Amino acid sequence: MSKKGVVLYLHVHQPLRVRNYTVFDVATNHDYFDESSYDTDRNNEKVMRKVADKSYRPMNSLLERLLAENPEFRLSLSITGTFIEQAEKWAPDVLESFQRLVKTGRVEIVAETYYHSLAFFYSRDEFERQVRAHQDKIREVFGVETKVFRNTELAYNDELGKWADDFGFKGILAEGWDPILGWRSPNFLYRPVNTKNIGLLLKNYRLSDDLAFRFGNRAWKEWPLTSEKYNEWVKAASYDGDLINLFMDYETFGEHQWEDTGIFDFFGAWVNEWLKDENHTFYTVSEAVASNEPAGEISMPNTVTWADTERDLTAWLGNAMQHEALGHLYAMEDHILRTGDVDLIADWRRLQTSDHVYYMCTKWFTDGDVHAYFSPYESPYDAFLYFINAVRDLRYRLHEDHHSGGLNV
Amino acid sequence: MLGWELPPHNSGGLGVACYHMAKALALKGAEIDFVVPYSAEHPNIDFMKIHSATKLSPLERYGLGAYDSKHLLKHLDGEDASDLKDMRGVQQRYVRFVERLVEDNVPDVIHAHDWLTMEAGMRAKELTDAPLIVHVHATEFDRAGGADGNPLVHDIEYNGLMMADRIIAVSNITKNIIISKYGIPADKIEVVHNAIDLDSFDGDYEYDRRTYNYLEALKSEGYTIVSTVTRFTVQKGLDQLVRAFAKATEKYDKLALLLAGDGEQRNELIELAASFGIADKVFFTGFVRGKQLRDAYSVSDVFVMSSVSEPFGLTALEAAHHGNALIISKTSGVGEVLHSIFRYDFWDINRLADQLVGIATSSALQSSLKDNIKQEYSRFSWNDVAERCLSTYRAARERVYA
Repeated sequence: MSKKGVVLYLHVHQPLRVRNYTVFDVATNHDYFDESSYDTDRNNEKVMRKVADKSYRPMNSLLERLLAENPEFRLSLSITGTFIEQAEKWAPDVLESFQRLVKTGRVEIVAETYYHSLAFFYSRDEFERQVRAHQDKIREVFGVETKVFRNTELAYNDELGKWADDFGFKGILAEGWDPILGWRSPNFLYRPVNTKNIGLLLKNYRLSDDLAFRFGNRAWKEWPLTSEKYNEWVKAASYDGDLINLFMDYETFGEHQWEDTGIFDFFGAWVNEWLKDENHTFYTVSEAVASNEPAGEISMPNTVTWADTERDLTAWLGNAMQHEALGHLYAMEDHILRTGDVDLIADWRRLQTSDHVYYMCTKWFTDGDVHAYFSPYESPYDAFLYFINAVRDLRYRLHEDHHSGGLNV
Repeated sequence: MLGWELPPHNSGGLGVACYHMAKALALKGAEIDFVVPYSAEHPNIDFMKIHSATKLSPLERYGLGAYDSKHLLKHLDGEDASDLKDMRGVQQRYVRFVERLVEDNVPDVIHAHDWLTMEAGMRAKELTDAPLIVHVHATEFDRAGGADGNPLVHDIEYNGLMMADRIIAVSNITKNIIISKYGIPADKIEVVHNAIDLDSFDGDYEYDRRTYNYLEALKSEGYTIVSTVTRFTVQKGLDQLVRAFAKATEKYDKLALLLAGDGEQRNELIELAASFGIADKVFFTGFVRGKQLRDAYSVSDVFVMSSVSEPFGLTALEAAHHGNALIISKTSGVGEVLHSIFRYDFWDINRLADQLVGIATSSALQSSLKDNIKQEYSRFSWNDVAERCLSTYRAARERVYA
């Protein structure tokens, strides 16, 4: 009998936020991402430096220690291209610490779109280009090949499963959402419908969200969560399956849950707690796929994400502004690519990062749940305004520098 | 309850707010004696007793001097004519009336609105020991557009705020002014934002396109109509609005600005628009009310509240109800309770211009703002305001009679 394994997967990402880019900048300045004020969270350098101190540095040193002390400890990371670019500039030591983690051979890098985009839903060609660009960047920075894929916001459907199989990935990640699973457990490997060689790993959202969302919440009836208590829950989950898939944002550690919640000490203690039992281990995502047979077939005809109670894309594509913003952006694809203008193409792709449209989400305002709006902008309308001004400037550059496209946005 | 006006004899938002607040309180069982400084019919008010402090007509309540016309005085006897020739005279008469009123009609609580009635409120408290609630809809700092204003008014406000058992402010902005400019402790002040009474707007109103026919013609050519409805005084920030509008037209031509209202700044604003060469795009309506006012809201796409200092700003909610997207200065109280809006610092001309162009050039942005705001303001109700007033009354009574 193989060991019961925790599959820990952490997502590392920072977008390039658009500055307060006004209509008076359009056709004049092309520096969409260079916020001049250091007092705002639109300043990408400031955010990177802050999160590096609060999260990346302390968590990576904890992970290094855990890897050194426990031969069984393993994890997987997805690291976006927009994160790597910013870390290269403002926190090179953080990037080096990720390189040391990968060098242990027990930290796997997961594939995704370089720009953390929703390209899969707009342009399959552009989507594939971004997946390949990410693979190239990972090879260049870490010297490894990726074998398992995750899409932005874990947005998954049957078509994506089929695509990943055809592309040659061995595994793919998705949300373990009850309406899809029914009586089945997320704690097994599955096979996506209509595929041959790929395994589907489903997030155990209860155990994942206990850490990602609830850990520091003093109103939670389980607060404070001790490593012993959490370990009992993980053990209980392992009785009905072989894999416990804990998927979450890397920034859970130190940024979403601050150090003073005790998250770092908790996590170190829990890893040791779990490994006390010799039938327990950790798997990377590839190992989890390789060492298990699919327990059955799963179909998700409609897109499922790991976001919100709805588990859909409404936070990104739920209103007219979001549709208009991305509609205009992707409509420029052919014109932009034909120019061969490296800077123009890079700016166009940076605007595809899903965070930009997330900042335009209005559903919390209309639900009256204003506090759910996390954004460096004053309102979703401001976020849209600056973004659409940047799209106008892309059009201007196409028109002016390459005599292509139309100016009319 | 001590007020200065009630519809239809109101000159601004104060009368509207008092009317709806009193009505909602009466529905909750409050018996209200409402004192106004003039004599007139209030055909729609049967839910409370209205007391007239003078025989003046509603037009004369700010004093007779301004009108400087003998015929207005004809219906008054000699003593009245000399006492009531200015605002102070009217206020003093109002105080004496209230003194007599509370003599044999001791109230459970005295609710006084703004500085005009504060002296009467203080006097009534002295005579009856009933708790005094001072409700601040605007301070002298607001009326003076950031300057110090009239020291006499300031003194009356200071005394009223000091003597009040509880203070109700219509926004956090107003609360902060009361704390910082009048030195009142924060825990004495509650913020109760005003509401909008949607019933009074529905009824049989139908938009008449002919009222602003030329603007409709511009709209059919793709123009976006920007508007504001206000008094043209320095506190309203209209100078910056016109400058921002001019700036916006440099980037996008199909914009028109409708300035509805009147006031001392009108000529200055006309000249300003001309100096930017956009006089053909700026429309002045003069003072409007009733149907013309509602049609002004209806023809407009974007309503800007540009105030340097605006305690609340009910017109923004009215405009939203007539289908406008809202842009509201950060120094306007109504912006505190709305989220589906643009905000800007009243001096930030570039920011406002950018927002205007953005709304005019993106139908998705414009329709999102117009649609989403409706879901927000429809949640505010005068019923909730009345509930907050009643709990303030109870708290004040417990303190006074403890």
